[in-house]
Amino acid sequence: MVSARSRRRVLVVGRFLLIGVFVVFAAFPFAWMGITAFKQNSDLYNPEHNPFWFHEPPTLAHLQYAFTKTQFGRWVVNTGLVGLGVVVVTLLLTVPAAYSLARLLGRWGERASIAIFLVYLVPPTLLFIPMSLVVTTLRLQNTLWSLIVVYPTITVPLCTWLLAGFLRGLPRELEESAMVDGCTRLGALARVLLPLAVPGIVTVVIFSFTLSAQEFVYAASFVTATAQKTVSVGVPADMVRGDIFDWGPLMASAFLASVPVAALYYLVIERFVSSFTLSGAFR
Amino acid sequence: MAVAQSLVAALSRSRMWLERDRVLGPALLAPAVLYIVLLVGFPFLFAVYLSLTDATTGNPFGRFIGLSNFALTFRDPVALRALRNTFVFTVTAQLAVLVLANVLALALRRPFRARGAVMFFLLLPWVAPVSLSTIGWLWILHARFSVIDWVLRQLALLPAGANMFWLGRPDLAFGAVVAVHVWRMLPFATVVLLAGHSAIPQDFLDQAEVDGANLWQKYRHVMLPLLAPVAAVALLFGTIFTFTDMTVVYVLTRGGPFDTTQVLASLAFFKGIVGGNLSVGASISLLLFPVLLLAAVFVLRAARRTEVGW
Repeated sequence: MVSARSRRRVLVVGRFLLIGVFVVFAAFPFAWMGITAFKQNSDLYNPEHNPFWFHEPPTLAHLQYAFTKTQFGRWVVNTGLVGLGVVVVTLLLTVPAAYSLARLLGRWGERASIAIFLVYLVPPTLLFIPMSLVVTTLRLQNTLWSLIVVYPTITVPLCTWLLAGFLRGLPRELEESAMVDGCTRLGALARVLLPLAVPGIVTVVIFSFTLSAQEFVYAASFVTATAQKTVSVGVPADMVRGDIFDWGPLMASAFLASVPVAALYYLVIERFVSSFTLSGAFR
Repeated sequence: MAVAQSLVAALSRSRMWLERDRVLGPALLAPAVLYIVLLVGFPFLFAVYLSLTDATTGNPFGRFIGLSNFALTFRDPVALRALRNTFVFTVTAQLAVLVLANVLALALRRPFRARGAVMFFLLLPWVAPVSLSTIGWLWILHARFSVIDWVLRQLALLPAGANMFWLGRPDLAFGAVVAVHVWRMLPFATVVLLAGHSAIPQDFLDQAEVDGANLWQKYRHVMLPLLAPVAAVALLFGTIFTFTDMTVVYVLTRGGPFDTTQVLASLAFFKGIVGGNLSVGASISLLLFPVLLLAAVFVLRAARRTEVGW
């Protein structure tokens, strides 16, 4: 009996040790960015110093440098603008399409949903070269518009599929009774279904925004002008002067930019996963 | 008056016509489909066209030269290395992810206090922008100030003042790229597996316990068969993401040292975008396509299976 209990205890301790190791593995690069961001250079670049400790008082100099001596602030604003534009385009294309797939096209709607989802699996690295020519032809190179036009190729397939799945989960009866009461189809959509679909639409908004903020390949291909870059390209490409890496400002801006995006994405990951695992499956 | 009346009638008839599902359905779907055809379908065909020409940035439409670009690629040792790397990185990373994610999901399957916070930290590698988090790794693996080197020196595994040069040696750089891919895809696979765990009926596990099964037996004979379809989905997505990724290699090693960690996607970027050789770049990217097609077939099969329930 005692041995069974102590075995159980070993199992519990082992379990939390294991989880702890994985947490350190997952979060360490971010913790490291955070520590580096506030260290003075003389502390940072001394190989004798214990890198886990502050030997000199923490400093805000790197953050200040990032905002005043580099275009970091500009890149943050650009990322926000691109995200906003992509959200608008995605909503305009996704909401009608998802409604059509969920309610109007019957059996074909399900098949079309899967076909549209497959488009999400087409990676930027397959298309970035012809896409850069398309962008040049449209005279959008080195503008934020190039990204607002192209990013929905990533967000629309994913969000249409997600939202169609979400709408299918809402009861049809409410719209049908609204239509019996004299609402038109579109009236029932606007007045009855959309208010119920707000959680699904919020998911679409967050996904569109975070996927745009994360994107690197298209942004690196279309935009070479420093002032027009987004954070995900500006920080790795333009904070390095020649071969000199300014690790302090680099880590400060990488940390500052990635944590909010991560927190936003974290809010919707659950829905993304559950959509293609259990209840929602591929329907 | 009569005109107005017939106009109203025509309008309401056309509204009724628009209201019909068979009209409204396609009409609402059309903008999204049109957008996808124009900005995914067309560029894809354009990529195929470019790969068969000698187009460069200076001459973006080029001249038709048949399959010469592909022939050139298959004679280029750097490209062959990139092709091999793409497969080796993907397979190695996904095998590691599959094992680690199964262990981690098993540890996390039962709720405990602070699980929400733990999940946030575990998910960070997947939810943060990869180009930024890879810079964190770049600093961790720095030639002179690597924190790993410092720890190794403290443990006397590395002589004083010595460095590993993680990204300067082909073998270590190779390992570093795989490690970052594992780090990035592990959260995703874990969360998918956790969702699979939550769908396992508790009765099954209780019954196995009554029958005297230990943890390994419960895992092997009850959980694993029920998790297999979900694990397949995680594997499929992980494979696609790792196989087509260029960001990790681009930020971490730029394909170096000496092109030993180059992958197809990064090589296409260096040749096509940086070097301006559009046709060669396009042909290298297109080498990703057969595997993607295969993956799509598997996704469709997984989707069909869901119709009868997993």
